[in-house]
Amino acid sequence: MNQNAKRHPWVKFIVSALIVVLTLFLLQCLLVPKYVDGVVEGAFIAEYYEEENKDFDVIFIGDCEVYENFSPVVLWENYGINSYIRGSAQQYIWQSYYLLEDTLNYSTPNVVIFNVLSLKYGEAQSEAYNRMSLEGMRWSSSKVKSILASMTSEESFLDYVFPILRYHTRWSELTSADIQYMFSSEKVTFNGYYMRVDALPAENVPTGKPLGDYSFDDNAWKYLDMMAELCEEKGITLILIKAPSLYPYWYDEWDEQVVEYAEEHGLTYINFLELTDEIGIDYNTDTYDAGLHMNLSGAEKLADYLGDVLSEEFGLEDRRGDAELDAIWDEVIAAYREEIEAQYELYGIDKTE
Amino acid sequence: MLFTSYSFIGFLAVVLAVYYIIPKRFQWMLLLLASYVFYLFAGAEYLVYIIATTVTVFIAGVCIDNNFTRQSGYLKAHKEELSKDEKKAYKAKQKKIRLYWLVGCVIFNLGILAVLKYTDFVISNINGVLSAFGQTGEISFLSLALPMGISFYTFQAVGYLVDVYRGGVKAERNLFKFALFVSFFPQLIQGPISRFGDLSKTLYGEHSFESGTVSRGLQRVLWGYFKKMVIADRVLVGVNTLIADTGTYQGAYVVLVMLLYTLELYSDFTGGIDITIGIAESLGIKVEENFNRPYFSKSLKEYWRRWHISMGSWFRDYIFYPLSVSRPVQSLSKFTRNHFGIAVGKRIPVYFCMLVTWFATGIWHGASWNFIVWGLSNCVILMVSEELEPLYEKFHERFPATRGRAYQAFEVLRTFSLICLLHLFDCYSVSNAFKMFASIFTVHNWSILFDGSVLDLGLSALDFGILAAGVVIMLSVSLLQRRGSVRDRISRRPYPVRFVVWYGLFLIVLLVGAYGIGYDASQFIYNQF
Repeated sequence: MNQNAKRHPWVKFIVSALIVVLTLFLLQCLLVPKYVDGVVEGAFIAEYYEEENKDFDVIFIGDCEVYENFSPVVLWENYGINSYIRGSAQQYIWQSYYLLEDTLNYSTPNVVIFNVLSLKYGEAQSEAYNRMSLEGMRWSSSKVKSILASMTSEESFLDYVFPILRYHTRWSELTSADIQYMFSSEKVTFNGYYMRVDALPAENVPTGKPLGDYSFDDNAWKYLDMMAELCEEKGITLILIKAPSLYPYWYDEWDEQVVEYAEEHGLTYINFLELTDEIGIDYNTDTYDAGLHMNLSGAEKLADYLGDVLSEEFGLEDRRGDAELDAIWDEVIAAYREEIEAQYELYGIDKTE
Repeated sequence: MLFTSYSFIGFLAVVLAVYYIIPKRFQWMLLLLASYVFYLFAGAEYLVYIIATTVTVFIAGVCIDNNFTRQSGYLKAHKEELSKDEKKAYKAKQKKIRLYWLVGCVIFNLGILAVLKYTDFVISNINGVLSAFGQTGEISFLSLALPMGISFYTFQAVGYLVDVYRGGVKAERNLFKFALFVSFFPQLIQGPISRFGDLSKTLYGEHSFESGTVSRGLQRVLWGYFKKMVIADRVLVGVNTLIADTGTYQGAYVVLVMLLYTLELYSDFTGGIDITIGIAESLGIKVEENFNRPYFSKSLKEYWRRWHISMGSWFRDYIFYPLSVSRPVQSLSKFTRNHFGIAVGKRIPVYFCMLVTWFATGIWHGASWNFIVWGLSNCVILMVSEELEPLYEKFHERFPATRGRAYQAFEVLRTFSLICLLHLFDCYSVSNAFKMFASIFTVHNWSILFDGSVLDLGLSALDFGILAAGVVIMLSVSLLQRRGSVRDRISRRPYPVRFVVWYGLFLIVLLVGAYGIGYDASQFIYNQF
């Protein structure tokens, strides 16, 4: 190489640059969290892009109150509604907006369902949650805007562009999974739905402490306005929901503001907390973490109720029989059933009960 | 804008690129613009101070220089007419005018520094005295913000003016060029305190792009980042934990404070200076060295010739020497010689000048008593060493083995221990420093060094491992430097070896550096002075 390099100095430069780029790329692949075990929530956003057919009728956007509380499999099996949940942990409303903007680059659904809990945040609370919502997005102007809108004071945009800068210290905590999933990962959701089959009854749920000010922040309203405008512009029906999670506490004062907003803007608002009896939610058996999130049983009940609303009131057609979609859903459902079996075994649940 | 921030690295990349693209005659102008942009990041409100210093020192310098020109012109023109006494009288008169300019300007600029840096310190002492006399009510603190790098640029500007006054350098006639000398961004925040005669040789020159020069400079920058980000910012976590709780961390922990702080200070300050000199080098500008492997010194006197060289020489040239030859000290010298004999009498004025110089050195480092006591402690040790010098000589003559390497190693270790000990005044208040030192002998908790207690200080076993490896690397480099520049030796190796060394160092900084979320972006220690 030495002789060659003397004759062609650019060879030296190109080879060096290639080595630098390649090693940095490999190191970055190795060091970024894989989210395949433990905290899997960071994997949800990216999984959407792997879907071959993104022609969804319904897109859910929001925090854990959507990705743990509604089963898209039930929507398909019972109503033929092709849906996807673009949810992530503590997804802030501006992230939901830009995620919706990003989603619309791939297809335009008939209905967008947004969970309103995130209206309570006017600014980002945690870098860790930002990461789980933003890292999985493909690069686009929406992602850039979402990062800029989300960054806490300790964060840097460059850390999102080159995640190795953020995760440079992870070399001391690498596991075999980091090597196994360096270049590709396994799906951890079913069309964005994160399944848990175990149950933990909701007992002693804390009531909300009185707040000094119940008004939502202007920033939150701004993004809800933008979301409503975007949906209107694209001819999409926006439905606001409040999932039936008992905690974090949903104040009546908050609910009144959402009701008023929905009326003013001609939107449908469904507060599932008020429909638990009608749906048949049993907080002794339908939640896996004492009322914060639904388990499989609760998520299937909610999806069944919602499917009925979407079909009856919003006229979403039954797409079962579409060969391509049937094939896709057959695969999803098979994996879904397999996961149920695996979790029954994991949690030692007798499925005959 | 911290040297270790992404924004600074981006800023530097842009400056370097533009610097070598634009016509060479505009290069110094770009550096001036870059320096002021850099300063603006610290706060636009501080610009007024650096501009005030620049303009006043520039005007005073030009006036003093003009006076020299006028004087020589006048004497030349009236060479035949004037008697020797008349010439002498004229020169004395002109010198007085120059002195007025010098003193007026120095008082103005050191006054700014004194007011901004020491007002609250004075107030706290007045409050202390009032309260000791049972007076109620306290004077409120002014909490004046200290402009970035004021101690450094003020000293650099004052040094320039004294040099002009002494006729050592010609005054800079271009205000903007002089502004660059005062504000040159790589050395603005932590020195070195450059001399105009040295820095101006390359600062205003036209520099062509040479990949060798640029990469050599950047290699030094990388080495500085290694010291700062891998070692200094990591050890900082442990030091902060230890000194924050003087009730808990006593005894053996104090020894740990001394060692860790000494490591932190060295890697932080020399790392920062490596970055400064490296940036300047990549721009084709020579900034004088500020360190010469100080921890290999065999005495405290030698240490101060090798540590923060530009500051030491500044205090020597602009405080110690002028004070030594000043009229009051000369009178003191005459008085002490007459009353105590020549041997003792000649030392008293020297020691007096040393005390003043070290008092100034101490208070320059910080407006608090611990820094003053630190400075004076250095002075006392130096004076005692001076007094014991004849004894040392006799000791060495009697025991020739003490000229050997083993004894030299002992001297290095002894000096290092002394430096560690003096650093207690950097870490604690005066009373706490003595208390903590005493605890080394009264609190018997040496087992903490072995039972895992040190892992509760915010540093993991891995961190200690990295620090140990960092110390070995720095020590190895220092030892190699005795035989010349390490970069030169590496540059003579084949390209693949060079690539592995420098890219490897880059990867170490990238992967092991203490930066980003979870680490507080820390200022360089000397930024605060």
